[in-house]
Amino acid sequence: MSADWTRRTAAELADALAAGETTSVEITRAHLDRISSVDGAVHAFLHVDAPGAIAQAEASDARRAAGTLLSSLDGVPIAVKDVLATEGLPTTCGSRILEGWIPPYDATVVRKLRDAGLPILGKTNMDEFAMGSSTEHSAYGPTHNPWDLDRIPGGSGGGSAAAVAAFEAPLAIGTDTGGSIRQPGAVTGTVGVKPTYGGVSRYGLVALANSLDQAGPVTRTVLDSALLHEIIGGHDPKDSTSIDQPLPALVEAARLGAGGDLAGVRVGVIQELAGDGWQPGVITRFQESVDLLIKAGAEVVEVSCPTFVHALAAYYLILPAEASSNLAKFDAMRYGLRVWPEGRPDASAEEVMRATRDAGFGDEVKRRIILGTYALSSGYYDAYYGQAQKVRTLIARDFDAAFEKADVLVSPTAPTTAFKLGEKLDDPLAMYLNDLATIPANLAGVPGISVPSGLADEDGLPAGFQILAPALADDRCYRVGAALEAALADQWGGPLLDKAPALEGA
Amino acid sequence: MTMTDTLVAFDDVLASYDPALGLEVHVELNTASKMFCGCPTEFGAEPNTQVCPTCLGLPGAMPVVNVKAVESAIRIGLALNCEIAQWCRFARKNYFYPDMPKNFQTSQYDEPICFEGFMDVEVDGETFRVEIERAHMEEDTGKSLHVGGATGRIHGADHSLVDYNRAGIPLIEIVTKPILGAGAKAPDVARAYVAQLRDLIVALGVSDARMDQGSIRADVNLSLSPKGSGVLGTRTETKNVNSLRSVERAVRHEMSRHAAVLDRGTKILQETRHWHEDTGVTTSGREKSDAEDYRYFPEPDLVPVAPSRAWVDELRETLPENPTARRARLQAEWGFSDLDMRDTVGAGALDVIEQTIAAGTPPQAARKWWLGELARRANEDGIEVTALAVTAADVARVQALVDDGTLNDKLARQVFDGLLAGEGSPDEIVAGRGLAIVSDDGALSTAVDNAIAANPDVAAKIRDGKVAAAGALIGAVMKEMSGQADAGRVRELVLEKLQ
Amino acid sequence: MPEIPGSSGARGTSARVEITRDEVAHLANLARIDLSDEELDHLAPQLSVILESVASISGVAGDDIPPTSHALPLTNVFREDVVTPGLTPEQALAGAPEVEQQRFSVPRILGEEA
Repeated sequence: MSADWTRRTAAELADALAAGETTSVEITRAHLDRISSVDGAVHAFLHVDAPGAIAQAEASDARRAAGTLLSSLDGVPIAVKDVLATEGLPTTCGSRILEGWIPPYDATVVRKLRDAGLPILGKTNMDEFAMGSSTEHSAYGPTHNPWDLDRIPGGSGGGSAAAVAAFEAPLAIGTDTGGSIRQPGAVTGTVGVKPTYGGVSRYGLVALANSLDQAGPVTRTVLDSALLHEIIGGHDPKDSTSIDQPLPALVEAARLGAGGDLAGVRVGVIQELAGDGWQPGVITRFQESVDLLIKAGAEVVEVSCPTFVHALAAYYLILPAEASSNLAKFDAMRYGLRVWPEGRPDASAEEVMRATRDAGFGDEVKRRIILGTYALSSGYYDAYYGQAQKVRTLIARDFDAAFEKADVLVSPTAPTTAFKLGEKLDDPLAMYLNDLATIPANLAGVPGISVPSGLADEDGLPAGFQILAPALADDRCYRVGAALEAALADQWGGPLLDKAPALEGA
Repeated sequence: MTMTDTLVAFDDVLASYDPALGLEVHVELNTASKMFCGCPTEFGAEPNTQVCPTCLGLPGAMPVVNVKAVESAIRIGLALNCEIAQWCRFARKNYFYPDMPKNFQTSQYDEPICFEGFMDVEVDGETFRVEIERAHMEEDTGKSLHVGGATGRIHGADHSLVDYNRAGIPLIEIVTKPILGAGAKAPDVARAYVAQLRDLIVALGVSDARMDQGSIRADVNLSLSPKGSGVLGTRTETKNVNSLRSVERAVRHEMSRHAAVLDRGTKILQETRHWHEDTGVTTSGREKSDAEDYRYFPEPDLVPVAPSRAWVDELRETLPENPTARRARLQAEWGFSDLDMRDTVGAGALDVIEQTIAAGTPPQAARKWWLGELARRANEDGIEVTALAVTAADVARVQALVDDGTLNDKLARQVFDGLLAGEGSPDEIVAGRGLAIVSDDGALSTAVDNAIAANPDVAAKIRDGKVAAAGALIGAVMKEMSGQADAGRVRELVLEKLQ
Repeated sequence: MPEIPGSSGARGTSARVEITRDEVAHLANLARIDLSDEELDHLAPQLSVILESVASISGVAGDDIPPTSHALPLTNVFREDVVTPGLTPEQALAGAPEVEQQRFSVPRILGEEA
């Protein structure tokens, strides 16, 4: 695999660039070629910017020659979820209503990527406005799981996870409101990190639920996530909710963890996030991983978070409420789609808004807007949105109590492996259950990582292992995640993705 | 839309009903940048030149609070004797309108930054305490231009053009509690409250306070209750009443209209009404129904504002003199009667008169020009006296020219004509129109001789010692000189020649 | 599949919440979405099921529990009153469906200015 740059991790690519073994242009071309050959089947990308990526790669190579590198990942290409504003590149959020919209500005995360010299390959597919757990709610068609093209890649960031899993990009950016980075990571055998709320700027991230959204790394290794996280994280004066404190040493934590020693680390297994109704193969892989952590020296305790049972309900009140207001701006007046009611060239602004929003939003978006409108309506606010925000306090208190007993908390990332495309499309409740284990972290604002835990016995599909840490202690996720990754790779004799089927056309 | 509301005579309204007033005043702050972004706030810029992703509501953009706007809000609250919240939040007010970029307004809901204050308002020497319910921070909307219709109005327009320069400019909304017991003085109390509030805002320096440019906008709430019942009636909200005079007229009109509706035994619709400056009537806007559900919730993109007591105290130190105390001081300094002072405040001319006096004009002269000649002209145009194209410096200069004998009052009025016509400074107008009094004795002497020759009978009477008859000759001279003569000097010449 | 937690009524107050077709139509009106009859028929029962499962939340947290919206309790995040560069009118209007006189051209507005 010497010449196949797409199989390398971002850290390896950075080393190869530093050693002069290759160029950013060569690496970027390799990934663009890979996209050309497999993305017809995977459909991870909504937009590929080959000329832009090559130009940025050329600029990176020039910087390298001049000795003016911008970061450790200068020249390593990346894919960006289509929910982040990219100046000059289409940004649709997977919705018809934004078809063709080209933002006149960059999200802060995107600005940081450019400032760090990472060529942007393109924009990745997602559930419309990040509402979903399967990427089937994209208005531009679903993304397919590289492990089995008939299955979902998770969601809402299925495009970013699949792009990384299919070796179309070494790195990607995702966003996680209730698990949209971690759950796709779990079902595609990749790594995904949701940072502490406020740890990565949300400026330019098209909001789904403002109080829950976080952008984060989507990669194949824990170290790559740490490298990327250090580039995109940190305080942003344009985001009022951004934390004005330096990031912990994430790369250092990942390297420390990869050494395999977890002596003195207390790991809490959340009792409420496993058990009946969870896929046996997922639970088996989870237990094995816990055993490996014990073997690495960790002390494992059981913790209970009793109010987590209300997390899903709180989430499905807060998210639709905030989303219903956020999505009001898509009204056909200033940008995006404008649809006139049929046969009504004299329609009023309000009628055009109604027609456009009916035509431009998909079913899931409409469901959640209606639900959120209901939850915020006079007479319901206290009972629903108000209560849900209080339940967040209870959940945060559960976390606080658990973190008294343990340094990190663990659970399977998702209850099942990837299901078949179409299987749950018209059963919103069943779809929502995919996020059961990931939602509590968003409600409390704490960081979490999903690391591949192996393949479930019954279907041979990837399962994920979730590690949660207290707010601001993202480094703990990296340390424990890297230790588990190293232990599992030892056991498997290589990364899990080596077991993924080759894609046709590759 | 009913253009032909029947009205009840004002005195008859009061025979049967008690009015309850409420005022919501929006003050556009004069910060350099907008409420939640760094865009400039200049009035009258080219359309869509003062916008960014945040105030344009582009997907992904986020707000950050302008600290100066918070300071201004706190200072306004303190000046209105309000409590300042220990902790408060912004909230989203959700409703769709094309001039609102996000289709929600970032405002404050149940946690305003200032609450529970009051302002003592003087009307005809009587003090009314207007209780302030709250003062909160919010953002302005864009502006729509309605095209295709005949009048530029919204009705009949074919489409509209939106400019978002104004969107996101910080506003402070000041809301009174119901003002009860004003009776016949309700229109005057409303006007005096807005006038005094405007003076306060000017003194605080937090706004341009130009009602004509919309930097202060008043919404007038009014309801009537059967006399003595104490039961509040259904209210209407008359929007965007943009002059002091209109505030008074709008209250008067709504009282008369409400009474007519109630006298018929019909109900007042709870609705928004629009004030028409030209016709002096209100027309129906949109009905406030249950369907209007703003779905307020705390703005999740902003964090709470928790002003420390130290900060509040620091801001308290910056407050200007209390307007009531200031009025008393100025009245004493200027030697104005109560009536003079009431007229001055009522016309909103306190500041401009103070500036005029500061520029060297004697107080009574300053009052005479502003409340006499200039108020009359403003009234003819239906605008505030301060909205005329005449400054305190202009008035001071005109008076100086009178004092040094260059002008008399009649010529001074012509200078004001010139100022209003945009002909330049007072001195330029005097030169341009050739208005200066002729003090050349040669020319005057000839004119006096001519007058004596033309009026031998009058001349004879003066020679006989009937000095009072001189007026007729002086009048004839002034006529010949087109008024550009010093009447005193003419009198001297007449008497010199005939005695 | 696991049950929706809390919906059993074991912890929260289990509430039967039904959302009628008319109510959905009213909400769609508030949200400015022109739902067709078929969409209304389809959405109303789905929303009832979802609502029923989330309604369990009422009564879970008492009055003494404060609300949370951020992992860290931040307050007073401000910017100085300084003008910063924004968009050019060309950039601002680039995505507009229609432009006239350097303004966003929108269909006629019914009703009066808010």
